[in-house]
Order: sequence, then structure tokens, then C-alpha cells
Amino acid sequence: MNTQASAQPAGRTETKPARRRRKIDWKDFSFNAINYFILTILILITIYPFYYIFVYSISDSIEAQKGVTFWPAGFSLEAYQKTLTLPGIKDAAIVSLSRTVLGTILTVLCCSFFAYLITKEEMLLRKYVYRFVLITMYFNAGFIPWYLTMKTYGLQNNFLLYIVPSALAGFNVILIKTFIEQLPASLEESAKIDGAGYMRIFTSIIFPLSMPIIATIAVFAAVGQWSTWFDNWFLVENPKLQTLQLVLYTFLNQSSNLANATTEQLNRGDLVRTLTPQSIQMTITMLVTLPIVLVYPLLQRYFVKGIMMGAVKG
Amino acid sequence: MALTLTAKKGKESGRSRHFRKDGVKLLLMASPFVLFAFAFSYVPLFGWIYAFFDYHPGIPLNRTEFIGIQNFRDMFSDPRMGPVLINTLALSFLSILTAPIPMLFAVMVSEVKSGWFKRLVQTVSTLPHYISWIIVYALAFSMFSTEGAVNTIFSHLGISDTPVNVLGNYDRVWTVQTLLLLWKGVGWSAIIYLAAIVSIDSEQYDAAKVDGAGRLRTIWHITVPSIMPTFIVLLLLSISNLLSAGFEQYLVFNNVLVADRIEVLDLYVYRLGLVTGDYSYSTAVGMFKSVISILLLFTVNFLSKKFRGQGIV
Repeated sequence: MNTQASAQPAGRTETKPARRRRKIDWKDFSFNAINYFILTILILITIYPFYYIFVYSISDSIEAQKGVTFWPAGFSLEAYQKTLTLPGIKDAAIVSLSRTVLGTILTVLCCSFFAYLITKEEMLLRKYVYRFVLITMYFNAGFIPWYLTMKTYGLQNNFLLYIVPSALAGFNVILIKTFIEQLPASLEESAKIDGAGYMRIFTSIIFPLSMPIIATIAVFAAVGQWSTWFDNWFLVENPKLQTLQLVLYTFLNQSSNLANATTEQLNRGDLVRTLTPQSIQMTITMLVTLPIVLVYPLLQRYFVKGIMMGAVKG
Repeated sequence: MALTLTAKKGKESGRSRHFRKDGVKLLLMASPFVLFAFAFSYVPLFGWIYAFFDYHPGIPLNRTEFIGIQNFRDMFSDPRMGPVLINTLALSFLSILTAPIPMLFAVMVSEVKSGWFKRLVQTVSTLPHYISWIIVYALAFSMFSTEGAVNTIFSHLGISDTPVNVLGNYDRVWTVQTLLLLWKGVGWSAIIYLAAIVSIDSEQYDAAKVDGAGRLRTIWHITVPSIMPTFIVLLLLSISNLLSAGFEQYLVFNNVLVADRIEVLDLYVYRLGLVTGDYSYSTAVGMFKSVISILLLFTVNFLSKKFRGQGIV
């Protein structure tokens, strides 16, 4: 983490003094003013929707119906309490979490080990093996063939569908391979003289040394796993295996049903103060978004670095 | 290939035999990955065979009728095909049209002097890239529904009292979807331009300054030309993706009011297959799309090699 942090500003300070101007002239000033102004507006446009659902989710449900703009309308955490007890939410959270953790581990192990093997020039048919795997990045059989193949493999209504097909990704392999290739070869050679096999060299030397790129891939994969829902949408009906994303989507689409349910409750006088479907929607959205919003700024550096490596390679 | 390798590297026969043995061992270790790629990326290609049969789920393929290219002929007489292609191309062209915006954004960010503000802009603007389209839908819904934030703000400010349903607007659906795509992607797409800008030699800027060039002129004559190659590569790639207008986005934002104008090729393939149950025709349409996309990729790559001396894939 530290090396990344220092690497970036270093590049920046080089250009900084060169571009600094001695005198303040109005042209430069107005350029800056306009630039900062537009960028600030863009930040607000990006951040406001997230802020809005947050404020709405902690507002008092009934008062929020009159309209929320900037401040919460009243304050209540009832929506969170209620949402967490909704049927299916807990299972979905467990499924989403496990697919994120297991899927990430699997893809990191597969991609890094394969990338290591590919860096070994003595491998028989190395070029062909590499191309055979990489080329899968560029074609796609299409929807129905994919659907039928997954069904044939018995992955329908199966948790493995979430983690197995995404285990080997060509793009990740390129990134890790590029990283391993710039590691000093002497380390590996000395281990080899000591009699270590490929497996041993990978687990005790290459993998630990590749941590910067592994971290990048892991974050990529984790965010991807957390956000993927189409496999769930098309191939998994089992309510025990629903992901949080899909539960959110179902709630968004069922808002009318939910609205009816709450008004019914109101009419029966079951609840003195009740929750509106909007409040529940906002709260679920919040719960699904929160992990990404929390994890993301910390790991943004890794992302950027990874992408830049890819860019240099390409 | 193995022969040339051994010939080149193994000076003594003992070492070369050893080398060879290692080569086989490594190949064996890599074979599970090859099998994996075969199973998950190549095997589905065999499914294209369904396009040539009158296949219905439940009946084995050997008992279904072989119909040759009938499905491909049907595509030309399918009245839905025209509108679907128009939707796909329109949405793709609109997103290509907005392609300079991330570049402009990157230039603006690179001109920011204050370090923390720069980081803030970059962090905030890339955030939408990492959230799923479902969350984008949830956010858009909370913003633009008739009871959403935008309508509330408008009525508070007295701009308009009649709520506008942005997401159900039939006439503006392409614009709305393009703007949503831009909102989600602008910061992410800018990263690659920012990387290119960082690598520009700062001496160029110094020289320009000595010559008395202002900020706009240095941008126009130094920054923009330096990132133009990146822009061209991305533009070419997006041309090869012409028929792959974002499936998830339009699936999520699809509703009765806008269905006609949002149904892109991928969405149509899905509807034909899983909703209508016409597996064969759906496969044929999907195959048509895949083949054209690959052809576009090759063409674009060829053109790039010819005019830039460098391929893009």
C-alpha cells in the first residue's frame, strides 16, 4: 500500500513546479475557476444519488413521503430494523458474501498459478496453451448456448455456478504474467538449485512476491462477484440461493405489491406507524451499496495501478 | 516449437533431456486450465448447432428436424429485427458520440493543481463504475420517479408542478440511457487517459510556457495530441462492439412504456430464447451477432495495423 501511495505523487511532483506560474494573471485564474466549478458540479451529480438514498433510509418513513431533498425528514432506524428481518434478506447476504469470498479466492489462485506456468519458457507448446486460453476473451457463443451448457453441466440452481465459470479470466492472467516476468529470475533459480519443484517455487516465492498485483486482481474479482446478478437471474430459482442484488431488484419491481401490502396493514390498523415501500427500497439499496462504498476508496489506488499496468502492456 | 527451444537452450544433451521433461511436466500442470477454458468457452460454441435445427427444449437433438439455414432466412422477414437493430445501433452510436467526454474530463482533472481535490474528483467519479446496474437502477429510480428527488426539488423550487416520469419517457429513452451510461462510465474511462497524460514529458510544457502559450493552447497542442492515439484505439474497440449495446443496462431499465425503443439485440435474443422459448431462432440471432462482432473486430484490427502500424488486440 505504501509503495503505491508514494509512487503516484512522485510522478505528479515532477510536473508540478514546471507548470506553476509566477504571476497571477486573470486568464489563468478564470481557467482554474471554470475548471473547478465544472468538476465540483460533476462531483455533486455523482454523489447526490448515494447521499439521497442514505438520507431517505434514515428518515422517518411517513414524513419522507412529503419529499426529501437534503436533510433527513425526521429520524428513524426502523427501516433498517424491518429490512434486516425481511424474509430472504439474511440468506441472500450469506450467499452474496460467500460467493464474493470463495469466488475471489478461486479466481486469484487459478489465474496466478496459470500465469506462473505460462511464464516458464520451457513449457511444451507454451504459446499455443497461452493463446488457447487468452482468445476466450474475444468471443462469446451467445446467450442460449451459454444457458444450455451451464444446464448440461448441472450448474442450474447450484452455488458453484457463481464461482466456477469465472475462475479463469484472460485479462487477469495477462496482468499477473506481466508482473511475474519483471521479478528477478535469480530468486527462482536459487530455489531450483535447492531442489524446489514448480509448485513449491510458486507457493513460497512467486505468489508472496506478486502480492501487489494479486491484491489488485482480488479487489477486481471481489467487486465483480458482489455485483454480478445475471447468472442468478437466468439460472437460479432456488430462493435459498438468491443474491442480494437480485433481492434488491425484486423489491424494486414489486414496489406496487409492497405498497398494497402496507396500505392493507394501515387499513387494518395493525401498525400505528408503518413503513413505506420506498423506505424499504432505499434501505436495501443502501445495504447492497454500502460494502462497495466502504471498501472502494481504500482500494482505489490498487485499481488504478492495475489498470495502468494493463494499459502499458496493451 | 519444442524442438527449436531445446536446440536453442540445451547445449549439452543431458540438460536438454531434462529440459524436455520439465516441458512435459509443465504442460501437464497447465492442462487442467486448458480443459477448463475448453469446457466453459469453447464447448458453448457447439451450441450453435441448435440454430440449424428446429429444436425445442425437452426433445433430444437427434429427433429434431434439420432445417438448414431457415432460421437465418427468417431473420430477414422478421418484422421485429429492424426496430431491434435500429435501437442497438442508435444506442451504440450515441455512446460513441459521447466518447470524447471522458477524454475532456481527464484533461480537466489533469489541470487541477490541488492534490486533494484531484484525488477527490478521481475517487468520486470512478465510484459508479463499481456498482451494478441494479443499483444504478435503484438510484435512478429514487432520483427520477414521479415521487423522486428531482421532481421534489423541482416542485420545491417552483420550476414545475407536474411530475415528469423520466424513466418511462418513450421519446427520450435513448438520451436518458446514454446519459446514465455516461454517468456510470466517465470516471472509469478517464483513468486510461490520465495514465497517458501523466506519461507526457513535462519538458514539452516548459517549452510551450517559454514560448508564451496559455493553458488552453498547451492543452490543445500538447495534451490532446498526446492522448489522441489512446482515443483512437478506444474508438476502434467501441466500433467492434457496435452490436453489443449493454445488455444488463437495458434489461434493468426495460419497462412497458419504453420497451419498444430499448430492446437491443442482446435483449431480443434473451426474450426469444427464455421468454418465447424459441431456442433455435434465438441461437441463430445470437450467432449472427457474434459473427458480425468478430468480423468487425478483425476489420478494425486490420485497419489499425495498416494505418497505425499496430493492432489493437
